Amino acid sequence: MDLHEHQARDLFAAHAVPVPHGVLAVTPDEAHAAATSIGGTVVVKAQVKTGGRGKAGGVKLAHSPTEAREVASDILGMDIKGHVVREVLVVEASDIVSEYYFSFLLDRANRTFLAMASVEGGMDIEEVAAHRPHALALVPVTEVDPAKAHEIVTAADFPPSVADQVADVIVRLWETFVAEDATLVEVNPLVCTRSGSVLAVDGKITLDDNAAFRHPAHAALADVTAEDPLEAAARARGLNYVKLDGQVGVIGNGAGLVMSTLDVVAYAGSRHGGVRPANFLDIGGGASAQVMADGLDIILNDPDVRSVFVNVFGGITACDAVADGIVAALGMLGDAATKPLVVRLDGNNVEEGRRILAEAAHPLVTVVDTMDDAADQAARLAAVGV
Amino acid sequence: MAVFITEHSRVIVQGMTGAEGAKHTKRMLKSGTRIVGGVNPRKAGEVVDFDGHVLPVFGSVSSAVEATGADVTVVFVPPAFTKDAVIEAVDAGIGLAVVITEGVPVHDTAAFWSHAVSSGGRTRIIGPNCPGVISPGRSNAGIIPDDICGPGPIGLVSKSGTLTYQLMYELRDIGFTTAVGIGGDPIIGTTHIDALAAFEADPETEAIVMIGEIGGDAEERAADYIRSHVTKPVVGYVAGFTAPEGKTMGHAGAIVSGSAGTAQAKKEALEAAGVRVGKTPSETARLLRDLLA
Repeated sequence: MDLHEHQARDLFAAHAVPVPHGVLAVTPDEAHAAATSIGGTVVVKAQVKTGGRGKAGGVKLAHSPTEAREVASDILGMDIKGHVVREVLVVEASDIVSEYYFSFLLDRANRTFLAMASVEGGMDIEEVAAHRPHALALVPVTEVDPAKAHEIVTAADFPPSVADQVADVIVRLWETFVAEDATLVEVNPLVCTRSGSVLAVDGKITLDDNAAFRHPAHAALADVTAEDPLEAAARARGLNYVKLDGQVGVIGNGAGLVMSTLDVVAYAGSRHGGVRPANFLDIGGGASAQVMADGLDIILNDPDVRSVFVNVFGGITACDAVADGIVAALGMLGDAATKPLVVRLDGNNVEEGRRILAEAAHPLVTVVDTMDDAADQAARLAAVGV
Repeated sequence: MAVFITEHSRVIVQGMTGAEGAKHTKRMLKSGTRIVGGVNPRKAGEVVDFDGHVLPVFGSVSSAVEATGADVTVVFVPPAFTKDAVIEAVDAGIGLAVVITEGVPVHDTAAFWSHAVSSGGRTRIIGPNCPGVISPGRSNAGIIPDDICGPGPIGLVSKSGTLTYQLMYELRDIGFTTAVGIGGDPIIGTTHIDALAAFEADPETEAIVMIGEIGGDAEERAADYIRSHVTKPVVGYVAGFTAPEGKTMGHAGAIVSGSAGTAQAKKEALEAAGVRVGKTPSETARLLRDLLA
């Protein structure tokens, strides 16, 4: 789960990472009140989970509470790359002398973590990495104590005047990274102010969903208003679903097979008017009738869907159970099921599965033997009328 | 020969008395796996009868290893306890730990991996979030169905369980030395490269199928490795060309971040290393057939 800037800022503060004073506002009047309580010049920042906020006009300086109200009313409701701004963070403007970059992230190749640090912060770090790689220090880490933090500070060539403060911030960011089970903690920019203090002015945190069981408080950080309604409905039913922009609904078992199914549908679609997969849905190992019904219900409620491709390889799951699930699901949905289903079953108990579907002879269901042919059929059905 | 497990492997199951562990212990026994016991500290000294196979339950991995000479453990314990279970297996000096559990926090995986490395690297870890490893007709450590295909000259390594089954099914008339599911998490023990190295060294393996998916750069690194170290023919398949940026596609590690981790980049890297990459699983199977013909 990616967090908003203000949520990241709160977690930083909870782990004693120095951050500028700030208040969240959801209306222009709240922004006025926030600017009044902070005093002096403030920055009003759109809270959206995408880069390029500044360029889009989502980050503005305000010299008075009245001006804060004005810019907040401009920013609230703005659409930045498809993200509607519902909240602004009002923070005290820092008198910035230098901007740095710092992050902890996963190092898949070394099966550990990586610290990335640069004294050229404030800009897109991918640009720095691509064009000035020597300006970005990469230090693999498994544990960060003050000595390790100083090693990172030296590797990135931080000026001696801020070395101790930056090392201290690095230790606290590591504490945040570990204690919150994050897969990314990024501060950009980390700044040095005219008064000589080091502050995390903007930050990003990604939390590990697999660790949610030991962080009950993290559930409150989920941004339910910004979630796609079909994705929210699927999540409420415990389904692993991602909404895409095509017309062929897809249900399968196993993440890899479902990703592969999306690709095969897209290839087939290129022969049928360019239809594309409408979603990712992995029903996992035990495809009970209820899970199949829940999955079909979500997909059939997607107005973009014109046909559905059910692609199951029975490993542990037996194909007869899947077939029973499809028949029962269609029974439960009754007249709500209106779109054609193309079903491909292989593997464990496939003959029995195909027999069950043949016997049920549901008018919406076509059984096709291979994945490629079934994808073609589903794409063809979706293309009718496109 | 086969890689990682053979008919001589002596296997214990951590979490054998749980629902998943019991179900799959029964299936592994049916595949002919030499399972010699299970581990559950709360049920030490008990025995479990799996259709006539009476297996002892030990209080710890080390006591199980001492009593049975086990050299492989299959881990089914829940995510919250997986880190401790794997560390215990490493400390007992077991040769191979196959971690089936899905949903292990990545900090825990990094911790048990780092522990295994600092303990001298005696324990190979496969997984977590993987289907395990099968050497058809010899042994089966994990949840891969044993009735898809029999032994043969192909080695397979994959991030995905069901795509492993699909390719085994497509090539069932030829058969496999070993199929290894390495798992779809961002940090995993055994990598594509480790499996490629093992297949290259295995005299019975004549050709290799490598299955990847979006996220990270493991496939790109494997491509570099193939170019310089693998002489046997390799065909590849990569899933996730249609995956949008920034969305996790089922597997915790399957995510395109910015421009990094795309299926296209992986395919290009593999092809640049001389690996023929199929557009679909069935085309991948055809490419493999062509190579063996």
